[in-house]
Parts: sequence; structure tokens; C-alpha cells
Amino acid sequence: MDEIISGIIEAFHLIVTLDPEVMEIAQRSLTVSMEATIIAALIAIPLGAIIYYFSFRGKRIVIGTIQTLYALPTVLVGLLVYLLVSNAGPLGMFRMLYTTNAMVFAQVLLIIPIIAGLTIAGLSSLDKELKYTIQSLNASAFQAVATLCREAKFAIMSGVLLAFGRAIAEVGAVMMVGGNIRHFTRTLTTAISLNTSMGEFATSIALGIILLSIALIVNFGMNLIQTRHMGGEKDV
Amino acid sequence: MKKVLPVFGMVLLIVAVILTAGCVGTPGQETGNQTVTSTVTATPTATPTTGAVPDQLKIATTTSLYDTGLLDSVQDYYLETYNVDLLITSQGTGKAIESAKNGDVDVLLVHSPSQEAAFIDDGYGVNHRGIAYNYFLIVGPESDPAGIKGMTPEEGLTTLKNLGESGESNVIFVSRGDNSGTHSAEKNIWKAAGFNYTADISGNPGTWYIETGSGMGDTLTIAGQKQAYTLTDEATFLTYKNNNNLQLVPIIDEGASLLNRYTVMTINPEKYPNTNVKAATDFTNWLISKEGQKFIGDYGTETYGKSLFVPMSSLADSTVPPFSIDCSTPVTVPTVATA
Repeated sequence: MDEIISGIIEAFHLIVTLDPEVMEIAQRSLTVSMEATIIAALIAIPLGAIIYYFSFRGKRIVIGTIQTLYALPTVLVGLLVYLLVSNAGPLGMFRMLYTTNAMVFAQVLLIIPIIAGLTIAGLSSLDKELKYTIQSLNASAFQAVATLCREAKFAIMSGVLLAFGRAIAEVGAVMMVGGNIRHFTRTLTTAISLNTSMGEFATSIALGIILLSIALIVNFGMNLIQTRHMGGEKDV
Repeated sequence: MKKVLPVFGMVLLIVAVILTAGCVGTPGQETGNQTVTSTVTATPTATPTTGAVPDQLKIATTTSLYDTGLLDSVQDYYLETYNVDLLITSQGTGKAIESAKNGDVDVLLVHSPSQEAAFIDDGYGVNHRGIAYNYFLIVGPESDPAGIKGMTPEEGLTTLKNLGESGESNVIFVSRGDNSGTHSAEKNIWKAAGFNYTADISGNPGTWYIETGSGMGDTLTIAGQKQAYTLTDEATFLTYKNNNNLQLVPIIDEGASLLNRYTVMTINPEKYPNTNVKAATDFTNWLISKEGQKFIGDYGTETYGKSLFVPMSSLADSTVPPFSIDCSTPVTVPTVATA
């Protein structure tokens, strides 16, 4: 109990004094996961939209596989990326292991299924008539997909937010491919893990509180943008 | 489409701000990879000038060495003094050796004599030097329910096994079980006590023998919670005990098999020509230098009243058993045979 209370006190102390090491770690967590989320979104939203829009053989299996990959174990992704980018691996010449780039890479792989899957789900929840109407207006496939995505933007945005949450909170993959190197690849989650194994429980709790605060701020900001946007929509 | 643009615009703006901040905040990071590769192709200057972009040296090490905070201090000092950024990743000895074998680091700092010997025999490591030592401890509850205080490590573990197997419910031994240096030290004690570890201990566990598969700190926590015995390195135990209300005390702290020797190795450039051998050589020489040895010996004396690591150079002759390691001859940059 003492540890939880002293953790909360320490969290406030670290935040209020803008502890440079903690700020650096928090910033790195945010940068890595933001980058990963944007890259993954750029790949996964079009991918999800294409899978939704076109009918093809085995579509159900593809969607089922994507949904299964929501549960992709982070350590497995870490191991996969580790083997790929290791100096002895196929991408070894880039010497990417133990860099933030490798961490972004791992997180992108981890969250692509989430964004793609929730994009498909969001589009599927639209009125079927909409798709047929757009098609009957002679829209090109690109125009149709873009219009549908616009209609489902809140569902898609929720998917992106969820993916960001998974990326910033995961520890297995970034630990493995980032190596938790101080001033270089240490993130909030790997720092929590390290401080726990060093017995610095209060610091771990403090870092956990900071991580949650970041998630809260990001969510709140997104919500604000969405609400404002919804308000505008009514004028149409 | 017009309605969507502001949303994405704002998101992009936020991200752009964060990314720019990231670049400004950590200047070494972006140029990191280029530095490492360029030092391999070009001959680096012996004394880097301060203010220049720091050279980088990747080090894989064991949790017991890292979790004490020693290497964080070394990192700060070394960057300030020699303008070399030590990028230290800490893992169990097994995994640390694995990343060294894959050529993902330049230097390996570990404490497992048998695994080190295999690493060197396989041609992966060169310039092996001893840097420090301390002792493993068998720690347990203050009441010492198995009554092993004063025994040798071998007698102690044998007693724990006998009592545990006879159903004495408050006798438990917690093992790292993770192929770490500490785990291999434990296996060596079982072997010296006449057991076959795989068959008699790990393969035939009762409720008395628990493998955690985690680092030293986590294993100490588990042992403390269960009021069990465990084998730990002295430095992690002192650090952990200091930070926490850990309900464990040293029970057995003497015996030849409790020696814990830390050594440094450079990854053989013949296996991986793109590692930073120059910086690795300089760092090895610093570790065994008077300055480096004093740095190691002084670490922790203020907080713990004793040094966590004994400098290897304090021995009259480290090359004789049980240490059996050169700790004073400076190393030279390993050359790659031009085939």
C-alpha cells in the first residue's frame, strides 16, 4: 500500500519538476507510437477499404484471419522483427536492431490488423444502400471507397485510437527490438519493466500514471475534434 | 471530403510538432547509424574532440550488472569524458550472448565462465578480459527453516532438496531458470553436489523447486513473497534490499562455487566486419585501466557502505584459478585476416 501511495506522490513530483529523463522517455514513447500509428493507418485503412469493397473468393477467411491477428502476441512480433533486422538476419545490413526505427516497425506490424479489421467493421455497419447508390452514380472504385470511408470516419478513427493505445502500452516487442537502451530506445513501458526489476516500484507506478495521462490526453483531444466536427455536420 | 481535411490536418500538425521536437531533443539519435558505419570504413581519431557527434558503442550485458545502476553511471561518465555514447541493452546472459552471436552489439559484458568459453571457442569473441568480481549468495528467510546456515553451498542445496522432497512445506528454493549467468552458477553447484541438473532437479521438480524464468529482481521478489531460498548475486541483492522491504537475508555466503566473475569481450570482426571494434577496444582498455577499475570499485560505496563489485585488478594474480582471467594486458584492435 505504501508503494502505491509513494508512487502517486513520486509521479506528481516527476511531472511537476519536468524530470528530464522522464520527459525524454515519455516523448520517445509518444513519437514511436504516433509514427507507428500513422504508418499503419496509411497502410491499413486503404487495405481494409479494398477488402470491404471488392468481392473475391476467400474474403471471409481473409477477414477472419485479420480479426484473429488482433490477438497477435507482442513478443512474437518482437521476435519476428528481431530475426528480420538482426545483423545476422535478412535486413541486417541496415543495422536497425536496437533503434527506434525497429520499434516503429514492430508496432506497425502489431496494429495493422486492428486498424484494417475495424475499418472493415466500420464500413460494414454502413447502410448497404449507400454502396449501391454510389456505384449507380458511376463513381470510380477510388471515389466510391473514399466516400464510404468518409461516411465511416468515426468508426475508423476509433480503430486508429485503439491501435495507438495498443502500440503505446505494449512492452514485449519494443523491449526485444529496442533493447531498452537509456537515452536511445527506452520507452515508458520498458522503463516500467526495468524499474520493477530494479525494485524501484514507486518509479514504476509514477511512469505508469504518466503513460495513462498521455493516453487520456490523446483520447480527449480526439474526442474534442470529433465532437466539434459532428457539430459542423448538422449544418449540411 | 472537405469536412475530413481539418481533422487529418490537425492530427498531422500535432504529429509534426512532436516529431520535430523529437529531432531537436535527441540529436545523436538521427545520425546514430551513420556514425557506426562510418567509423568502420574510416579510421577514427584516437581522441574524439568534445562537441563532435559522439561515437556509439553497442553493449549487451546481463541484468545483474545493469540493474545495480553501475552501467548508467559508466555511460554518463564515458560520454562526458570520451564522447562515446554507450548503448547498453541488458538481458539474461543467454540472450545477451545470442545477440552478440548475431552481431547486433559490439561488446559483451557477462558473468558465465562456461558460456564465455564456448562463445570464444566458437570464434565469436576476442579480447577477453576480467573486470570485476563479487560473490553469489544463498539468501533465505531470517528464520532459516532448513537450518543450512554455515554449510557449504553444495551441502546447503542438498539439504534443501532432501527436506523439500520429504514434504517439509516451508522449504522452497526459487531458481532463475532462464539460462542466465546466475542460473548456470546454480547448475554448477548442483553438479558439484553430485546431481544431474536436468534429470534430478529441473526434470524432477517437487513443489519445493520453483523456476521463475525471470530476471534477478523479479526472482528475489518471488522468493521474498514465498519466504523461500534463492541464489542471487551480491550486487543485485544489496540494491534490491536497499530499495525494498525485502524479507530475505544472506544464509550462505562462503564457498568456492559462489565466485561471480564479470568479464568483457569484443565481438570478433571476422564474423561481423561492420561492428565498432575500435571503440570496443578503447572501452575494454578503459575498463581494465586504473581509472576504470577505480570507477567500478567506488561504485555503490556511498549507498551500501561497501563496493558492489570488487575490481579484478585488486587481485595479486587473476590468471590463476578460480579467477583464471587476464585483467591487465591492454588489448589491441583485432585485425581481420584478408582472405
